[in-house]
Amino acid sequence: MKVVLDHLTKRFPNRNRKIKTEVVAVDDFTFEIPDGKLVGLLGPSGCGKSTTLNLICGLEKPTSGRIYFGDDDVTNLPPELRGVGMVFQNYALYPHLTVLENILFPLENLKGDKRLSKEAMRSRALEAAHLVQIDALLERRPAQMSGGQQQRVAIARALVKMPRVLLLDEPLSNLDARLRLQTREEIRRIQRETGITTVFVTHDQEEAMSISDVIVVMEKGVLQQIGKPQSVYDDPTNLFVAKFLGTPPIDVFNGEIRGGLLYLGKDAVLPVAGYREGKVTVGIRPEGFVPDEKGPLCCRLVGVEVMGRDTSVVAAHPALTTNTMRAIVDTDSGVDPNALEVRFSLKSRKVCLFDAETGARLYAPTV
Amino acid sequence: MKQNNLKGWLYLLPAIAFLGLFMVYPLVDVLVYSFEEGYNFASQTDMGTGLYNYSYVLHDPYFMQAVKNTFILVIITVPLSTGFALVISLALSSIKKLRDAFQTIYFLPYVTNTLAVGLVFMVLFKRTDYTEGMVNLLINWFGGESVDFIDGPYWAKMFVMCFYTIWVVLPFKILILTSALASVNPDYYKVAQVDATPRWRVFTRITLPMISPMLFYLIITGFIGAFKAYSDEVALFGTNLNAAGMNTIVGYVYDMLYGDSGGYPSYAAAAALILFAIVLTITVINLLVSNRRVKI
Ligand SMILES: Nc1ncnc2c1ncn2[C@@H]1O[C@H](COP(=O)(O)OP(=O)(O)O)[C@@H](O)[C@H]1O
Ligand SMILES: [Mg+2]
Repeated sequence: MKVVLDHLTKRFPNRNRKIKTEVVAVDDFTFEIPDGKLVGLLGPSGCGKSTTLNLICGLEKPTSGRIYFGDDDVTNLPPELRGVGMVFQNYALYPHLTVLENILFPLENLKGDKRLSKEAMRSRALEAAHLVQIDALLERRPAQMSGGQQQRVAIARALVKMPRVLLLDEPLSNLDARLRLQTREEIRRIQRETGITTVFVTHDQEEAMSISDVIVVMEKGVLQQIGKPQSVYDDPTNLFVAKFLGTPPIDVFNGEIRGGLLYLGKDAVLPVAGYREGKVTVGIRPEGFVPDEKGPLCCRLVGVEVMGRDTSVVAAHPALTTNTMRAIVDTDSGVDPNALEVRFSLKSRKVCLFDAETGARLYAPTV
Repeated sequence: MKQNNLKGWLYLLPAIAFLGLFMVYPLVDVLVYSFEEGYNFASQTDMGTGLYNYSYVLHDPYFMQAVKNTFILVIITVPLSTGFALVISLALSSIKKLRDAFQTIYFLPYVTNTLAVGLVFMVLFKRTDYTEGMVNLLINWFGGESVDFIDGPYWAKMFVMCFYTIWVVLPFKILILTSALASVNPDYYKVAQVDATPRWRVFTRITLPMISPMLFYLIITGFIGAFKAYSDEVALFGTNLNAAGMNTIVGYVYDMLYGDSGGYPSYAAAAALILFAIVLTITVINLLVSNRRVKI
């Protein structure tokens, strides 16, 4: 089921009643979630991700704009009529019911001709339990299970009524690091197997990048960019997106374009034809630095951290907006950890230019 | 280790001494009294030991009346007051505007002096030379006959007694239940809504189980409180409860000790122990039921 958000806006009255201005949690969102895809809704905390999810699910009514599931306008439908499944951050499993009872709960609510026989309900619930691999835990209560297991039960409960859209609000944030990796693979697998259009909310860019077909980056209620994870990473539309994606994060310099050359401080690092001359903000991905004795970018070496396959070079440069930068280089590239200086040449594909004032991406002029 | 133990006991000593002196010793004493026939405070003498006191109390029509009154009071007021409190709390937690105002109003009787509440009930129910009382005026207005609620038929007095008891215990129960309802994580209701759960099912399958520990707490303390009823009856019907036919078990115990017909500590002790046995039985049953039902 394709989901379309059309100029969707949600304003809240301020929680602090003394402040009269409204909070714009979601500001004029327009995007389409393709059928059967897993979409990662990514942004820092408080940017309106949960609100967007609640709008899609119907727990919140939009201030303006419309929502479509396929061709149906569902904007004014209450959540129970939308056919969505939702998984909350804290799972919200009913603590007094067993796993099986929890999974059966949505089925027992069905009325009219949708109502299943007792045996059919049971087999559907068992199917859902099998899908998330909790067959052995059906008689347990939530308190007797680990976070990861509870998470699976919550997903099974959301899937059992075969929703048109599955919504997950920060489903992994209560899990420890290892379990998080495991469970996100699991979610990916379940989504592939069921083919349900899924929206996955997270503030963790790595998580979003690794499992999403499409990521939607937002900040302060405003949609920043939507696209395939790799293309958003390679081609950020603005400085915020560039900084938000990637570990280690992108290195940001104050630069200047003079006479067709990009200067970082005194170093002329790249030829850049066709851009407007003047100050720019320069973002360089850590993997865009190549150690090169004759390279144009001259940095003070702060430290070298060998991390197995790669080496992380920590360095300082006067044009940096931060104290130090990090470059990821091949371990055999021969950076001397005791040297005072390190020189790099740059991969131009990994260098992005941004407007120094607005942070908007400056694109190379197309010929 | 041993040293530590000793120190621990030393710290506990004042509390133990206090409890022993004012709780354990009197309790044991009551037990002893209840088996001593015709014990006399003044001369500290008795006429032998046995079950005579129990037999006397159990054959005393006043005691049987008190037991009957107490049981009626318990059976009517505990479920009704808990039920009303639940309904009112649900209503309170479902409104947004003026909730605080309503909560204050419902809580007022709790902080109001019993005598003031008693006075209000006088205005409501008591017949005087000048007026029939509010309730009777209402009954008359609907074309009914006046009823004497304070000195009249048994059912009328029982009605006032139950009404009063429910009125007095309601605020505390509302307070407990509104906070129990407020502490249920709203995400449960959101999930339930997304899963199209009918309202009644939300109540029976989610809300009730979630607040069941508090509900059972209220029922158990409600039972115990109602079995110990006495002062409210005095406020309504005066000190001569036996004459009014409105005595309770605790009232009977008091009368046996200090009332006009008093001076019989042995009978009082026996009655007190019978009450103790009843309350203990009911509480154990309650706990057994709640252990099976309350799952969280
Ligand atoms: N019910 C509400 N009333 C008022 N403000 C709200 C409400 N819900 C969310 N907000 C505000 O909207 C913004 C977005 O919140 P939210 O969608 O929860 O962010 P996220 O899930 O991305 O962390 C925040 O500034 C938050 O304070
Ligand atoms: Mg959130």
